[in-house]
Amino acid sequence: MNQDQPMKGQQIEAGAPLLRVEGLRTEFETRAGAVRAVDGVDLEIRRGEILGLVGESGSGKSVTGLSLLGLVDPPGRVGGRILFEGEDLARAGERRLRHIRGARIAMIFQDPMMTLNPVLSVETQMVEAVLAHARVTREEARRRSRDALARVGIPSPEERLRAYPHQFSGGMRQRVAIAIALLHAPALIIADEPTTALDVTIQAQILFEVQKLCRETGTALLWITHDLAVVSTLADRIAVMYAGRIVETGSVAEVIDTPRHPYTRGLINSVPSRNRRGQPLAQIPGMTPSLLDLPRGCAFRPRCPRAQEDCQEEPGLFGAGHRWRCFHPEPVPAMGPATEVRA
Amino acid sequence: MSAPILELQGLSKRFASRLDLAERIAKALGARVEEYDVQAVSDVSLAVAEGEVVGLVGESGCGKSTLARMVAGILPPSAGTLRWRGRALAELPAEERRRANLAVQMVFQDPMASLNPRLRIGEIIGEAPRFHGIVGAGEAEDYVAGIMRLVGLDPAYSRRYPHQFSGGQRQRVGIARALAVKPDFLVCDESVAALDVSIQAQIINLFMRLREELRLTYLFISHDLGVVEHISDRTVIMYLGRVVEAAPTPELFAAPNHPYARALLAESPRIDTRKRAFAPIKGEIPSPLAPPPGCTFHPRCPHAMERCRREAPALREIAPGRLSACHLNDVT
Repeated sequence: MNQDQPMKGQQIEAGAPLLRVEGLRTEFETRAGAVRAVDGVDLEIRRGEILGLVGESGSGKSVTGLSLLGLVDPPGRVGGRILFEGEDLARAGERRLRHIRGARIAMIFQDPMMTLNPVLSVETQMVEAVLAHARVTREEARRRSRDALARVGIPSPEERLRAYPHQFSGGMRQRVAIAIALLHAPALIIADEPTTALDVTIQAQILFEVQKLCRETGTALLWITHDLAVVSTLADRIAVMYAGRIVETGSVAEVIDTPRHPYTRGLINSVPSRNRRGQPLAQIPGMTPSLLDLPRGCAFRPRCPRAQEDCQEEPGLFGAGHRWRCFHPEPVPAMGPATEVRA
Repeated sequence: MSAPILELQGLSKRFASRLDLAERIAKALGARVEEYDVQAVSDVSLAVAEGEVVGLVGESGCGKSTLARMVAGILPPSAGTLRWRGRALAELPAEERRRANLAVQMVFQDPMASLNPRLRIGEIIGEAPRFHGIVGAGEAEDYVAGIMRLVGLDPAYSRRYPHQFSGGQRQRVGIARALAVKPDFLVCDESVAALDVSIQAQIINLFMRLREELRLTYLFISHDLGVVEHISDRTVIMYLGRVVEAAPTPELFAAPNHPYARALLAESPRIDTRKRAFAPIKGEIPSPLAPPPGCTFHPRCPHAMERCRREAPALREIAPGRLSACHLNDVT
């Protein structure tokens, strides 16, 4: 493994966040009217930090990730401010974005076959990715590619470089996708459900590599997932999305142990290991509302056990550090984390 | 324990690839094409008691879905016997065999792939009971409405098509379709894997309520250990076509015996662990085309000994009701 490769994001600065998102809005025009998939999302990620963005299908978590990288195609519209290393990406032109994508911010998708071209060898694809952002010789580009494969734990990288994507297993393919994301030592990696399709032991291997890389290189990570268990073991902070908004955010301990938003609490309580064996699981009634027909005020109101009259108004964010978007938050237990789950 | 409702004895499944005409010609001309066999399931024995929920856990390629399909009667086993209420299924007279097959129904992972998109929900649920003469054409509508209410669907939706439902509701349709022929035994193959957390809880609760109300027995297959721990009485862990450990669920999760079971339990992320340093086991599940000699887990096993490379361990009882296939249990 090569240790002396230049790592741009190595110096970990305190203070200013690496990425600050303010009022992110992403809309799609449909026949039935405008759908606001992301509605006023604020996020902050510091260098070397892992932020877990959690939500169910349709919550807008994937669109948030795509919006940050300017990957939402027209007629989709992205508004708000995306301040990355002091630059507003929402206003950056396509040329500038191409320069940043892959070099300073990389993305990993759920299905590595979306990242990899099936008819090109891994070597061709990786060398191309190196040369897109670095002025180096082909030989040097090849060396970097091989080192990147070794760093994510692919055995005999020299031979595997010549292989085609279909010759890899699912877990190995995802490692190749991660190796490509790491080629330019980006300051930020956006990962959208990268281990969801993988088996438990393979997922553990990938999480292990990712954790190590973030520690060693100071790369920040936005980990988008529906899996609360994965983020609670991996992340530093969690943001929970519901119907296009962030409804709760804070450190993992704050959000998982003392959730304040009723939706977060409902999600955590419906995880089987939080329930007594064989007893009915705590469940959230109803289902995620259609974005075309959101209830007035708090979008969770119709499913919420704590909803009251004033929830017809839109709640703002309460709290500092640990923040929640709810007028009637769950009480904080007098002592210890909320381990008692049955109401 | 009461007499087993379903018993598997040495059940195996081999998939063979035979060369077709074009490949035989190619081979004659010197191309490198070979016939090969895949041993998807080898020598699995398992007894399921009436009313029991057996959880079956394993990673992709371990043969759990193949086993499920054999139990559900979709795939014929290559070797071994399936006994239904004590009698070998293959030896039953045709009529009884048909009834036994009907009593075992399957709920699939992806309802969008298992429900006919061109049929209305009412037709999907009502077709099998009408065909098998469980209801007459006249009462079919009421019967379907009753089944829909049972799984928490509004009977008013019976004229809708599958695509008009959400994922959770579609899975309810899949369950209703299975229940419509009044089965005693449900095989659930990753039936909650594709669902969101909050919807998954609703469907798991539905499975548990149906178990009580209809006295159902389940073979519940999942890669999600949390779900299996919650729902099943007994857990069976498979690796590369073989059962490596089987035990009552609380005991297995408290103290797994087989090194693979231990690794699996240690590595599945849990909501209660914080910022854990992952220490994964090495390697991947080997190809069933060329399984390693001896114990199939030995290349990845941290405790592998010389004997593990030569000799496959037998599945044997290590404590009352607990089975494990590992040579380490002989070393004391």
